[in-house]
Amino acid sequence: MSDQAISDAETSLARTPPKGFALAWYRLKKSLATPTPYMMLFGIILWLGTYYLLTEGWKVPRFEKIPGPLEVMTEFFSFDPIWGTSLFTEDFRINVYVSVRRIVIAFSLATGLGVPLGLFMGWSRIFKDYAFPILETLRPIPILAWVPLAIIMFSGFETPILFLATLASFFVTTLNTMLGVESIDESYFRAAGCLGSKKHHVFWHVVVPGAMPFIFTGLQISIGVAWFSLVAAEMISGDYGLGYMIMDSYMVNKYVSMVMAMISLGFVGWATSAMVRWGGNQMMQWRVKALALEGR
Amino acid sequence: MAVKKKKTSRQKASPAVRERGTISIRNVTKIYDPEGVNVMAVDNCSLEIEAGEVCMIVGPSGCGKTTLLNVIAGFHSLTSGEIYLDDELLCGPDKPLANQGADRMVVFQNGALFPWKSLLDNVAYGPMVQGILSKSDARDKARDMLAEAGMIDVADKFPGEVSSGMARRAEIVRALINDPKVLLLDEPYRAMDALTKSIMHEALLAMYDRTKVTIFFITHDLEEAIFLGDRVVVMTTRPARTKKIVSVKIPRPRDYKLLSSEQFRLLVEETKDAVHEEAIKAFEAGERELA
Amino acid sequence: MTDAIQSAHDTTIVVAKRSKLRKLADNKTLWRGIASIILFILFWEVSSQSKVWFGIQVPFIGKVPPPSAVLENWVEVVQRPGYWQSWYLSFMRVFFGFIVAMIVGIPFGMALAVNRYFRDIFFPPFEVLRPIPPLAWVPASIIFWPTTELSIAFVTFLGAFFTIVINVLGGARTIDVQYLRAAQSMGASQWDLFRRIILPGTLPSIFTGAAVGMGITWEVVVAAEMISGGGQQSGGGLGFFIWSSYMGGSLAQVVVGMISIGIAGYFSSSMIRYIGYLFMPWRRIF
Repeated sequence: MSDQAISDAETSLARTPPKGFALAWYRLKKSLATPTPYMMLFGIILWLGTYYLLTEGWKVPRFEKIPGPLEVMTEFFSFDPIWGTSLFTEDFRINVYVSVRRIVIAFSLATGLGVPLGLFMGWSRIFKDYAFPILETLRPIPILAWVPLAIIMFSGFETPILFLATLASFFVTTLNTMLGVESIDESYFRAAGCLGSKKHHVFWHVVVPGAMPFIFTGLQISIGVAWFSLVAAEMISGDYGLGYMIMDSYMVNKYVSMVMAMISLGFVGWATSAMVRWGGNQMMQWRVKALALEGR
Repeated sequence: MAVKKKKTSRQKASPAVRERGTISIRNVTKIYDPEGVNVMAVDNCSLEIEAGEVCMIVGPSGCGKTTLLNVIAGFHSLTSGEIYLDDELLCGPDKPLANQGADRMVVFQNGALFPWKSLLDNVAYGPMVQGILSKSDARDKARDMLAEAGMIDVADKFPGEVSSGMARRAEIVRALINDPKVLLLDEPYRAMDALTKSIMHEALLAMYDRTKVTIFFITHDLEEAIFLGDRVVVMTTRPARTKKIVSVKIPRPRDYKLLSSEQFRLLVEETKDAVHEEAIKAFEAGERELA
Repeated sequence: MTDAIQSAHDTTIVVAKRSKLRKLADNKTLWRGIASIILFILFWEVSSQSKVWFGIQVPFIGKVPPPSAVLENWVEVVQRPGYWQSWYLSFMRVFFGFIVAMIVGIPFGMALAVNRYFRDIFFPPFEVLRPIPPLAWVPASIIFWPTTELSIAFVTFLGAFFTIVINVLGGARTIDVQYLRAAQSMGASQWDLFRRIILPGTLPSIFTGAAVGMGITWEVVVAAEMISGGGQQSGGGLGFFIWSSYMGGSLAQVVVGMISIGIAGYFSSSMIRYIGYLFMPWRRIF
């Protein structure tokens, strides 16, 4: 009797696919059985080891000037940093906070302007005919070439920097959104027409969700571009921020702080783009589920 | 407002034998003009389809069948001729492009369920946007209709999660919920294997027996055409004209056993020569298919 | 001619052919584009000339020099050899960094795509470094490399490198397995598979990556020239041209510099597209 129950429980356990934590655990167990995680670990160690030996170990000429991994890490996590900046000091936190705040503002502005503009450009032929050429004329100009004009057009420190970061990601977002609308299969529009949709139904039920995959691809690129421009702008005309921290540490020969800022930039940049990806997946469950079935 | 009332009164009196859904295609010609070179897709084509009839259009790939369907549905304009639906002009010389509307529902070649909506929301979409039903009522009705078609278990899944056969059936339900006069199907079972196809055929026939909606069905599969249709219209290769019309006088309801009957074999034989001849012509022309 | 087509396949009726000139004249998109650009320039001219509209200071554009002043300045600038020297310097920097990135990036991306172990080992460090914006490397690069010229080249290289590798990797991994199987069934060797299938199959993504990489290269060169002050010993470049014009207080010249870089960047990416067109005959149909 009880044996029967146990075997029943076992079969039902085997049949229901694992979810949440159990799924993650199952995947981890499975991947540990392949060489991949060990290779990856080896890769990272190889890279850090080479870096260490070149800079701190053998002190190879030219490399010796670059702070090594040990030096940077001990400084990074030190409560009493030699160069005055670590994870626990006020100025580091301010710089990270300022940069992240700028990115959030610039990215939101660019998305708020770029997505609607792109949607309308993809949707309305006439609107695209008029708006697209201007966009395409301005787009080849590198963002950094705007620096002097930005300083003149906007006063103060903050607005020119925000303008530069916004401009860069605005172009990317608009263009990708437009391409997204153009990529929607004609038959969805036809189906919507058949089903008796009015124009606003087509917009909200076909154009917007249909362009979503492209929009989020665009947003991922756009946030990278925003960081790119932000760092450059902060380096040139900054008062705070990680880009400023790099330039400032370089000027006063605090090379360790400089590398710390670079690492922080990489980490924060990666985190923001992961957040955009997560947001995209939340909004496109239909796509996530379909792709999962295709084994991707 | 008046239009709305008309629709609801129609829905109540959904009869077993249809009095509506007559299509009259009169001397329709369609000339495409891509890249400045004119290509004639449909040439002076005439066809009368009765209410509640299953009319199967057979012809080689890219012969202009789809063009004809697109003209009826209002996706393409016609160059000359007229099309009437229940004696009302759909399109003609003065109005080359028909209005798109829920009286003619299309089921597309590659399927056009919105991948971002669950099957249920897809089915509920039509009545909702037309303002006939509120969102929750539309969903209730959609659930009922999906249950009737035996698909209640997958109602909340996205189209990308179910088989293509399931998706195609849901698409037909999405069309039928609007109580259309005509169902226009454009090679809906094109990419399916023979076994799935025969199940799809039976499901379609079951739905047809319930609603008796006029069906305009494009295919290049002759056996499919004879199995499903009341009439099989063989088209010439581009530009499309009617070449031969075969009446299929097999009583309904039909099932797959019909496929091995003598009567069926004779009908296939009768039609095959005409279709084969056109297929050869189309193959030798070797043109890239137009949409 | 028409008869020949008719008899070849009598089902297609070629009725008429519109001339190319007619088509150009009928091209609404083109005319609308031209109209919108002209309107844009007019708007710019008027609003920066008048400065004040209906008693309100024109925001932003009011402070930018008008197109007429820019044009005037441009006519003057093109006569100076220094301006052309800047073009030359920037182009050489872009070209150098870009070529090195292609030479290193394409084989690296291919190796990542083709060999699993190589990917497992080298992809993680690559992914760790990728999110760091290229310009963040500028000071480190200046410390490391003996000359400013080399440090600019290194940063330029980094900018294009990551994009190219990611594109090559993505492209090579999306090649349809059926092509590989078909080739194997016909007795292709490993080298044949690489040479005849993986390489041409990846070409489109290589060129996409190259086009994007080219854009980034220009961004980086301009920024590096501005940050490093053009480098006293290296001197000039279009980015420095803009910066020095700004320092010298000539805004019209700043705009001239911006437009020049725009043209240079556009020209570079057109060139890549053209080369892509030459390399990929099977894509010309589209």
